[in-house]
Amino acid sequence: MAQVRLTTRTVPVTRREILRFAGIGLIAAAAVPLAPGRASATADDVSAIVAERFGGAEPKEGRIDLVLPEIAENGNTVPVSVRIDSPMTTNDYVKSVSIFAEGNPLPEVATFRFTPRSGVAEASTRMRLAGTQNVVAVAQMSDGSVYMAKKEVKVTIGGCGG
Amino acid sequence: MAGVRPRVRVPKEAAKGEVVEIKTLISHQMESGQRRDSKGEIIPRQIINTFTCTFNGDEVFSADWHGAISANPYMQFFMTAEESGTFEFTWKDDDGSVYTETAELTVN
Repeated sequence: MAQVRLTTRTVPVTRREILRFAGIGLIAAAAVPLAPGRASATADDVSAIVAERFGGAEPKEGRIDLVLPEIAENGNTVPVSVRIDSPMTTNDYVKSVSIFAEGNPLPEVATFRFTPRSGVAEASTRMRLAGTQNVVAVAQMSDGSVYMAKKEVKVTIGGCGG
Repeated sequence: MAGVRPRVRVPKEAAKGEVVEIKTLISHQMESGQRRDSKGEIIPRQIINTFTCTFNGDEVFSADWHGAISANPYMQFFMTAEESGTFEFTWKDDDGSVYTETAELTVN
């Protein structure tokens, strides 16, 4: 049986956390027009978030293997995997990969942060998709370059409640 | 949130330099904040928003999760095994709860 510890945080707030919190605030502000009531995000919304987060760096094609089912019967649990071509050394590694769903009410799905210790830049999870739409993966390398990949998933039964 | 149960699968042993696979799963409803109850009111969001994995205190991998992550969130990733030690996994809930789990790895 796994051990579960329930604690509330008492450690002092670090600068990094303040910055991260400020970042969440920015994202929240950007997400306001997408709040409940509006049907879905668009490709432009995703482009705007990407441009803001990566300082306008022009995303290149390639290096990202975005693995998704062609058809997802159940939009509540769609497997998604990303694998980025990188040596994963201390000088040359993948810093982060963000996943976006262009047709969800809120386009952000997840951000994965790797370290040189990760060995390979590969991660998998499961996500909700509201309907048939494009899924976008954006990878940021340690040298600041940005790569992007996009793939369509056909969803039989949408998975965003309602 | 009560009743949250983390589960972790890592190899017990690895050769030095081997890239090991780590799989985690945690029971959690991941209420997206998009659903409405029978009265038509929006059910407030309550999700696990951050997941972190460290090994001997050094960060290996972390993730930010949003409302689009499925219930009972699953995360699979990798680490290069360099020395024996302890993985610590941490999940942070919107309600302030923190769930943790550890696992040992022996490097031969």
